[in-house]
Amino acid sequence: MIKSVKLGLAAVLAAGISASAAFAENIKIAFIDPLSGPFAGTGINGLHQFEFAAETLVNSKGGVLGGTDFEIVAFDNKISPKESLIQLQVAIDQGIRFIAQGNSSGVANALTDAINKHNRRNPEDRVIFLNYSAVDPALTNEKCNFWHFRFDANADIKMDALTDSIAADGNIKKVYIIGQDYSFGKAVAAAAVRNLEEKRPDIEIVGNELHPIGKVKDFTPYSRKIVSSGADAVITGNWGADMVGLGRSILENGYGGPIYTYYAAADGITAAFGDAGVGSLRLVAEGQINPAPSDRAQEYVDAFKAKYPDGNISQARIANTIEMLAKAIDAAGSATDMVAVADALSGMEHESIWGGKLMMRPGDHQLIQDVHIMEHTKGVKNDYDNSGFGVAVVKTVTMAAMDAPHSCEMKRP
Amino acid sequence: MDLVFVNLIDGLVTGLLLFMLSAGLTLIFSMMGVLNFAHASFYMLGAYFGYQISVYMGFWMGLLIAPPLIGLVGAAVERYGLRQVHQYGHVPELIFTFGLALLIEDVVKYIWGNDLQPYAQPDILNFTAFAIAGNSIPAYKVFMIFASVAIFLVLLYILTKTRVGMIIQAALSYPRTVESLGHNVPLIFMGVFGVGTALAGVAGVIAGPVLGTFPGMAFVLGSIVFVTIVIGGLGSLWGALVASLLIGWITTFAKSYNIRAEDVLTGIGIPRPEVLSNSSFRDIWTLTSPQIADILPYLLMVLILVFRPYGLFGKRDA
Amino acid sequence: MTTVVDTPRTFGGLTMSAAMPWIIGAIVLVILPSIFTERSAITIMNQMAITIIFALAYNMLLGQGGMLSFGHAVYMGLGGFFCMHLLNYVEDGVIHIPLPLLPVFGGLFGLGFAIIIGSFSTRNAGTVFAMISLGIGELIAACSIIIVAFFGGEEGISGDRTYATFFGIEWLSQIEIYYLIAFWLFVSALAMYLFSRTPVGRMANAVRDNPERAEFLGYSARWVRFYSFCASGFFCGVAGALFAMNFEILTEENLNLVTSGNILLVTFLGGVGFFFGPIIGAVVFTLLQTVLSLETELWTLYGGVLFVLTVMYAPGGLAGIIMMHLAPVRLGKAGLLVLPYMHTLIPGLVGVIGAACIIETMFHIRHGALGDNEMTLFWTTFNSHGVLPWVIMIGATVIGFGLARMGWPTLREAWAEANTLPEMDAPLAQTRPALDPDTVNPVAEVQGEDGKR
Repeated sequence: MIKSVKLGLAAVLAAGISASAAFAENIKIAFIDPLSGPFAGTGINGLHQFEFAAETLVNSKGGVLGGTDFEIVAFDNKISPKESLIQLQVAIDQGIRFIAQGNSSGVANALTDAINKHNRRNPEDRVIFLNYSAVDPALTNEKCNFWHFRFDANADIKMDALTDSIAADGNIKKVYIIGQDYSFGKAVAAAAVRNLEEKRPDIEIVGNELHPIGKVKDFTPYSRKIVSSGADAVITGNWGADMVGLGRSILENGYGGPIYTYYAAADGITAAFGDAGVGSLRLVAEGQINPAPSDRAQEYVDAFKAKYPDGNISQARIANTIEMLAKAIDAAGSATDMVAVADALSGMEHESIWGGKLMMRPGDHQLIQDVHIMEHTKGVKNDYDNSGFGVAVVKTVTMAAMDAPHSCEMKRP
Repeated sequence: MDLVFVNLIDGLVTGLLLFMLSAGLTLIFSMMGVLNFAHASFYMLGAYFGYQISVYMGFWMGLLIAPPLIGLVGAAVERYGLRQVHQYGHVPELIFTFGLALLIEDVVKYIWGNDLQPYAQPDILNFTAFAIAGNSIPAYKVFMIFASVAIFLVLLYILTKTRVGMIIQAALSYPRTVESLGHNVPLIFMGVFGVGTALAGVAGVIAGPVLGTFPGMAFVLGSIVFVTIVIGGLGSLWGALVASLLIGWITTFAKSYNIRAEDVLTGIGIPRPEVLSNSSFRDIWTLTSPQIADILPYLLMVLILVFRPYGLFGKRDA
Repeated sequence: MTTVVDTPRTFGGLTMSAAMPWIIGAIVLVILPSIFTERSAITIMNQMAITIIFALAYNMLLGQGGMLSFGHAVYMGLGGFFCMHLLNYVEDGVIHIPLPLLPVFGGLFGLGFAIIIGSFSTRNAGTVFAMISLGIGELIAACSIIIVAFFGGEEGISGDRTYATFFGIEWLSQIEIYYLIAFWLFVSALAMYLFSRTPVGRMANAVRDNPERAEFLGYSARWVRFYSFCASGFFCGVAGALFAMNFEILTEENLNLVTSGNILLVTFLGGVGFFFGPIIGAVVFTLLQTVLSLETELWTLYGGVLFVLTVMYAPGGLAGIIMMHLAPVRLGKAGLLVLPYMHTLIPGLVGVIGAACIIETMFHIRHGALGDNEMTLFWTTFNSHGVLPWVIMIGATVIGFGLARMGWPTLREAWAEANTLPEMDAPLAQTRPALDPDTVNPVAEVQGEDGKR
């Protein structure tokens, strides 16, 4: 009798899965990211950007392969590796061959591993992994594989650009490094130390520490240490509530110098800093939206804001991801021959909507692109969180880390 | 030396904030035997209510209006939820509050969304009260200290000097007797639950601007409140105060001073391995006190429970 | 119907009626993959099976032993992590363990760790035990981030099961793993059921209900708790090993408090008072998590409401609701209930759907794109800002719930009637479920604080 209950529920399960698999003419991209739970804000905003990019940059221009549209199918992974793997399986069963994911390097690591295994074990329905945001350097180095493509600049590339900016500032003599205690935070700290030693051996690193991720309620003790160390600059890879907590606490407790960050913008963070962040917060990121590099970019931002007034173009690379995928499918002449599409993507060059050139480096599938240093500024045209504040580009590194070495040994199928 | 003083103040702020939450919780627990898992959720609701009211009427009205509203919500939860579950026993009650915590988080997300809310301190307190050796103490922190101390004093007065307080205290120790003396125990339960949650609401209104108002704020605070009252001894207001301050100071000092495991281990005579990267204990060697600061209270709790199951000040077995 | 053995209770001897559910269960496990052939369905069923073992092991503590644990993911997670390391040794060629034997090792690791923790945590029951489990859970979860050499940080550690070959089977496809997991599910469930019938299992019930009396009878309550705890740790470890072979990755998630909290929800939702309760809970919860979350972002909200309502109105869980109907069926009066149920449940269902539509539409208006007024619910596309959809939704909700309420008294009468013996006038059972005597009052006495006051 229990089993018959189980049977009935399983029937519901099958119906639920196959209901959405009914129409198949579009090229579907599975968006596997958190749509519920603590990181849902970032996930949903990313989903909107994907849907908008697919609609504006591909579908409204006639689609790919002479008239086939892109369709984004959302899967909620609750930022859990286990759930991501289940949803990956569901997506593959629905005939989806392109997987997009970005939030959390831990999930990306689980997915790239699973996709590699899946493609090896099931050559008849291979999939491609479009990593649009997970920046752990390992993913394009020792853990790289042929099916994984990263569209964001990885943590090392960003740190290279960021330390260039610090090295150029003669006033900075002491630097404090603080980050979340996990692989990304550690990668940021290691890259910062390495780069600073190389570029400005005279800079003293007065602090290098990690704090538990997502567990710190009050950052005051940390900011006390930073203030009393006499640091002229702070480097942190923090994101989400940890970024706001740390940044606000440092500023409130008497620190006035620059804070170099990776993720101190959008998703409520810009609004939370407001006036306090002006003159201090610096970001390293790709994708220039202030000032918009072209009319086309400005139109894109305007149209997005008209559709999602509460949303932000916080991940400019999503537009690049969609455009390059469309180009690769057209070049391969097929959306089903994954090896051909991956080959077309690998080494592809493209003019970004955000200005500058893009190149998918064939050796490790890391996208080489312009990386910018931005400042938290009041009164920019394209603000974040409708707060009147936004990030404006102050410095650009063209084709950052183009010739930097990598340790990837790519195996073609 | 200056930094020690600054850290003492910071730890005091953290501890007093924790006390505002644990005071209500320990009252609720000792009276009803319910570990209210949703207590931190009422703290979160307090922050959101305070924020929403401050948008229209300013911070101070938020501080005035939000806590009673939270108290009403809490009393309603007791009246229509907990009382229904009470008949089934303590574990279902606890699981009910557990589910309630999840539900409140979902409702908050449903109404306010997932992003951080721009809940700001009032401008009148937005200045540096004083500075010690370059470390500024914001006026808002001074306000937090005074507010929590005031609440503690009021609570202490009510519990020890008024008739209502006497009944509550009696009910803490001898609930059956109080019931048979003809007092309306369900009403007292509802009142205590309401007041306890209102206290959590005050903490939320005050802490929201400093610690951030976002849907995960209850989870971040999460179980540390239980740890506090268990360490302090269930039902003891003084225990809650001492444990809160203890936790506030321990975590603050652990974060402020980089005590490295390497120094400790070599100090007790264990030689450091030559090549650390191959050692399977490498992570132990590179450990620093800020990394483990926030889990120290849990360690403390486990040790206390193993050796003294009724906590520091508790009179009866947890 | 697993626990309710008919009156002749022949312990040790096998009766047909006792074996029947297990035979049916085994057959169902064997044929399920032929019905649901998609890989994703098999993946979900694998996940379900793992959750079932975990929930059953958890219920050895909560339902049978009266111990509330907030950190039980630790035992499953550690078992899984050890097995992952074993798999990696297999890949490196250090040792060879055939995959089907891996759960034994996982179980032993879980058991070993349970012995260490249980040696001090089971001294007390009730809140002390619960809080120690919370503290241990939090400590191990924090260690999983800090001690990278063993736990791999937040990225976890992954491996490849294909090296652990077994008579030439390379475990390339999900279906092979399914049958392996199904086999272990069957064995573990049977073993856990038989454990609950051993003297130790019986004493666990006694200690749960009245530790003092059990002590007077000469049993050490502490040791009885300890044995239950160790047995539970063993099966958690088995579940962890199965997780390792199914997902080939273990992360911090497997140890953290969210996972520990979820298993509490699963077990309670299913019903702690019956052996098969956690099975239902695991199936329903996995479906909520993987299938409902495909349909709506608000699945956690619905899940939360379902959970709170279950605690409030059906403390016996879903299994309790099913078992309530046993008496009418035995009396042959179940037919009396059909019509009143239809009168209440069908309008109720309409009301629930209406309310869910209102919630979804309001959410869409608040958080959807501007100008994007169209939305689709239940295969119907409509304008969320239009009047007509709102009239229909509110109408359906009000009328649905109204009719359900009107049908309620009739249902109650029918219920009383259906539970009455033909010769008697007094109802046999009230609206509370008639529980099996050895699992009676499973939740009420767990903490036993009232007794101590």
